[in-house]
Amino acid sequence: MFNKILIANRGEIACRVIKTAKTMGISTVAIFSEQDAMALHVAMADEAVCIGPAPASESYLNTDNIVAIAKQTGSDAVHPGYGFLSEKSEFAAAIESAGIIFIGPSKDAISAMGDKIRSKKIAEDAGVSTVPGYLGVVEGITEAIKIAEDIGYPLMIKASAGGGGKGMRIAHNSAELSEGFQLAANEALASFGDGRIFLEKYIEKPRHIEIQILGDKYGNVIHLGERECSIQRRHQKIIEEAPSAFLDSDTRGEMGAQAVALAKAVKYSSAGTVEFIVDEKSNFYFLEMNTRLQVEHPVTEFVTGIDLVEQMIRIASGEKISLGQEDVRCDGWAIEARVYAEDPSRNFLPSTGRLNQYKEPVTSDSIRIDSGVIEGSEISIFYDPLISKLIAFGSSREVALEKLKKALSVYLIRGIAHNIPFLTAVISNKRFAEADFSTDFLAEEFLEGFAPEKAIGSRMGIFIAAAAFVRAKIDSRVNPVASNSYIIQSADLESEKIPVEVEVSWDSCNAIVNVGGSFLPLESDWSPGSAILQANINGVDHNFVLKENEIGLSLTSGIYRADLIILTPSQSRLYGYMPANEEPDLTRYLLAPMPGLLVRLSVDVGDVVKDGDELAVVEAMKMENVLRSERDGTIAKVNFLPGDHLEVDQVILEYDE
Amino acid sequence: MNDVSKRIEKRRDSSMLGGGQKRVDAQHSKGKLTARERIDALLDEESFEEWDMFVEHNCRDFGMDSNRVPGDGVITGHGKINGRPVFVYSQDFTVFGGSLSSAHARKICKVMDQAMKVGAPVIGINDSGGARIQEGVASLAGYADVFQRNVLASGVIPQISMIMGPCAGGAVYSPAITDFIFMIRNSSYMFVTGPDVVKTVTHEEVSAEKLGGALTHTSTSGVADLAFENDIEALVQVRRFFDFIPLSNRERPPVQPTNDPVDRLESSLDTLVPHDPNRPYDMFELIYKTVDEHDFFEIQPDYAGNIIIGFGRLGGMPVGVVANQPMVLAGCLDIDSSRKAARFVRFCDCFGIPIITLVDVPGFLPGTSQEYGGIIKHGAKLLFAYAEATVPKLTVITRKAYGGAYDVMSSKHLRGDLNYSWPSAEIAVMGPKGAVEIIFREEIDDPDKIAQRTRDYREKFANPLVASQHGFIDDIIPPHSTRARLCRGLELLVNKKLDNPSKKHDNIPL
Repeated sequence: MFNKILIANRGEIACRVIKTAKTMGISTVAIFSEQDAMALHVAMADEAVCIGPAPASESYLNTDNIVAIAKQTGSDAVHPGYGFLSEKSEFAAAIESAGIIFIGPSKDAISAMGDKIRSKKIAEDAGVSTVPGYLGVVEGITEAIKIAEDIGYPLMIKASAGGGGKGMRIAHNSAELSEGFQLAANEALASFGDGRIFLEKYIEKPRHIEIQILGDKYGNVIHLGERECSIQRRHQKIIEEAPSAFLDSDTRGEMGAQAVALAKAVKYSSAGTVEFIVDEKSNFYFLEMNTRLQVEHPVTEFVTGIDLVEQMIRIASGEKISLGQEDVRCDGWAIEARVYAEDPSRNFLPSTGRLNQYKEPVTSDSIRIDSGVIEGSEISIFYDPLISKLIAFGSSREVALEKLKKALSVYLIRGIAHNIPFLTAVISNKRFAEADFSTDFLAEEFLEGFAPEKAIGSRMGIFIAAAAFVRAKIDSRVNPVASNSYIIQSADLESEKIPVEVEVSWDSCNAIVNVGGSFLPLESDWSPGSAILQANINGVDHNFVLKENEIGLSLTSGIYRADLIILTPSQSRLYGYMPANEEPDLTRYLLAPMPGLLVRLSVDVGDVVKDGDELAVVEAMKMENVLRSERDGTIAKVNFLPGDHLEVDQVILEYDE
Repeated sequence: MNDVSKRIEKRRDSSMLGGGQKRVDAQHSKGKLTARERIDALLDEESFEEWDMFVEHNCRDFGMDSNRVPGDGVITGHGKINGRPVFVYSQDFTVFGGSLSSAHARKICKVMDQAMKVGAPVIGINDSGGARIQEGVASLAGYADVFQRNVLASGVIPQISMIMGPCAGGAVYSPAITDFIFMIRNSSYMFVTGPDVVKTVTHEEVSAEKLGGALTHTSTSGVADLAFENDIEALVQVRRFFDFIPLSNRERPPVQPTNDPVDRLESSLDTLVPHDPNRPYDMFELIYKTVDEHDFFEIQPDYAGNIIIGFGRLGGMPVGVVANQPMVLAGCLDIDSSRKAARFVRFCDCFGIPIITLVDVPGFLPGTSQEYGGIIKHGAKLLFAYAEATVPKLTVITRKAYGGAYDVMSSKHLRGDLNYSWPSAEIAVMGPKGAVEIIFREEIDDPDKIAQRTRDYREKFANPLVASQHGFIDDIIPPHSTRARLCRGLELLVNKKLDNPSKKHDNIPL
């Protein structure tokens, strides 16, 4: 076994690998960019070495430096994590040629599976079901149209070197094909430096289901069942689960057997994943093989009880897999939600900054959190916006879902925008609960992104009771003889502002809240200053995230929120005289929707622009975002120049009055 | 009911009605509350005791003898805020435009005199067109009587001015003397001369809002401390503010029980100060994570943002927090920030509120505008305020403490009681680069040598060791323990006794 391994990664996955290495008694070396000097993975590792400036190309993607550090620290092996260099065969080769072991498959297996066309051919030869299509490189549009007639529409146009959805297009007819072909080729050339394109039948309403496999250096390969990852936004997985609610045991067995056959065909030795798409009739087709540890591996670990990182390390060190296929069990259900630093109400724009407040739910046998951050960590513009993965386990899908929902409701993140209410909304969705979905699910159900819903009706009563309790708790401490009578109304301009009379009385340490005549018992050990209120109201557990404002309280609970004004009876009587707050007119300004780099300014002072015209391009999290005019007008003022760094909501340019 | 009772009731009703329903409606249509409504919203329910409801003016000129309203345009009395006593006067714009007559002034003086005797704060709600012109100099005398009392009460009882309507001419000087001024956006203004006079004399065209509105005074002039959206918001918040301050200089600040552990550790503070000494960070995070329950009441948030002032509590005890803000002008001291902090330090010292100073200051802001503006004397105000303060003074240097600004920011040398620093502190005469360019001027053309010298200087001084060797720093503390150490220190210092030499008064460089 190894004495020391280097983890060529950052964030949650680096922390994840370090944890297992520690339990195995292996010492760890972390690498970090200048940006990550105070990151959690640096603190967790036994040694840490800086490998360069913040941009990944100069740090986490710098093979020469990483090899040098591995040698210099005397590391026996390198774990690549996922992303970065994990699927670059050149990296594996460089590690091996330095006499260090790469914890992953052989470089040949990586390169065989890295090319979409080659991998599909190998899969076909191994008897794996593949999507009908043309495996050769399509030379031009005329040829494409001819091939399309053979396969039949709809078609998927794919870049040979593609990944992450880049260079993919769907065509329903020859016109769309000719247009999409050129676009896909251009995009592929720009993104991957490789414009080769191939065509495949497009599977409608597909589900994304993948098989986890493990192979060793002695030709033994087993599979650890499936994960379903159909909940995706623009090919980015959001929610994953194991097992899949869709597969029957025959299909599962068949998919597993094919995955094993493919792994054997490339002499695969490590953990790997064979991705399939499955249509409505349970026909499944090979998509691609990921020759690394997957982000969503914890759901498999929960249901099988197998530590995949440990297996990868053992296999790399030359051990045989100690399990036979018949030893692999799948007990219970595990669901993972990816917590991202992105704003669902702003079209999922990435958000960066310091995690001023960050409190994770309590972990247990059934709640696991893989994160690379702690309170005070920084989410920077340089890397992936994944904050953490929250995984819940239960005896059934329903139990796991309930636990996940509960854990999300006490997850506190402040300082940056995050997608926790969105995740809650997704898993609370009726179709999701019934497992009635495909990879189109988010586009169908959450096309406009997500903003918390306003609490109304009896739910509003619960929110009001919670708010009154919080306020009374504060007031009775300042003034023990305070009456704790309030009038509470919604601060929301659109909803009806019906003030409700509320009185809080105390029954030992619990409260009885009289909300407009109905008495709600409320139990909670909340004390002032805490941003999370966990309360049992009228016999039901509720969790709220609280934010105080000038004259009231904002509460978020799951997918619901309420902005409440809490006043004494005499203040409330007078509040009606107060002028309505006018929303500032922001249509005259173009605001930076996210922090980032102003890459391009497409207009100048005096330019006349039309609704939809491109105004500027802002780069954040490696993505270029085009900002377009939402009105006609003349540009009156430009406040930034290309190359400037923008904070969120800074005014980039102004229109004429 | 006998005749006298009827007459009493009639007067009472008349007083309650103020300037009549039409004027009350006009006041409401401007989004403003009436004088009485403001008192209702400010004080605990049914705690208000009104005085001098029957007082009328005694002016006989210009037909005023037939024009009297009981109360004469100001409601006075006392009540409670969260159970603690307070005196209040509230000018009634519906009665003679809230103008100040000598009777009106006498009512104000009466509550102020009583507040001084019993030792309770005065909250004045200003909404007045100005002097009662019909009374002439008698009205001016009334103003002066109020000013004189404001001055004598200064430092004895807290005085808070709420500007909730016009406040112009001589009337501005009473609020100006008081400890805090709170204003309402778009419905209050303060100026010595109004837009019309400004236009006649200087030909400047300016609106009342722009000349002396809440935004102007809280962000440009620094005259006012806080701006609120509307009357209710202001009155709700002044109640919260009231819980931080003592009733008078004879009482201790009000301790509020808390469940927030005094030994709460905040490990995230260990990463607050970035590695790069030129990168800013948000000092508010340290403040919020240090005070009880994240509860911090900031004063003057929109003025001189390079220094943060406000109230919080440590283990229940109110404290005044003064902190350099690296996010604004690198946290330097300039004219505005020095004046802002100096006045706050003196308020805290008057009323026995311990001062917590959080230091990250690269020095004083250079430039002609600062020197011509008199930064020497303005900076000296802050130095003076800290040096004379005898309340417990606890200081934490988080990063930079350079030059004279180091001395100023509640250093050991100005009788700081507990002076801690974080390991990231750099306590020196100036930054390494500047220092090297002076000490090794002859090597300035050799960038390699200068770089080496800079590294050497940084090595020697860009840390808290030298200062602690001298005993100027009592201990170097890990950032995560800041709250725990300050709470423990405050507990120790709560009975601190220190007196300045007896004198008539000092001569602070005004």
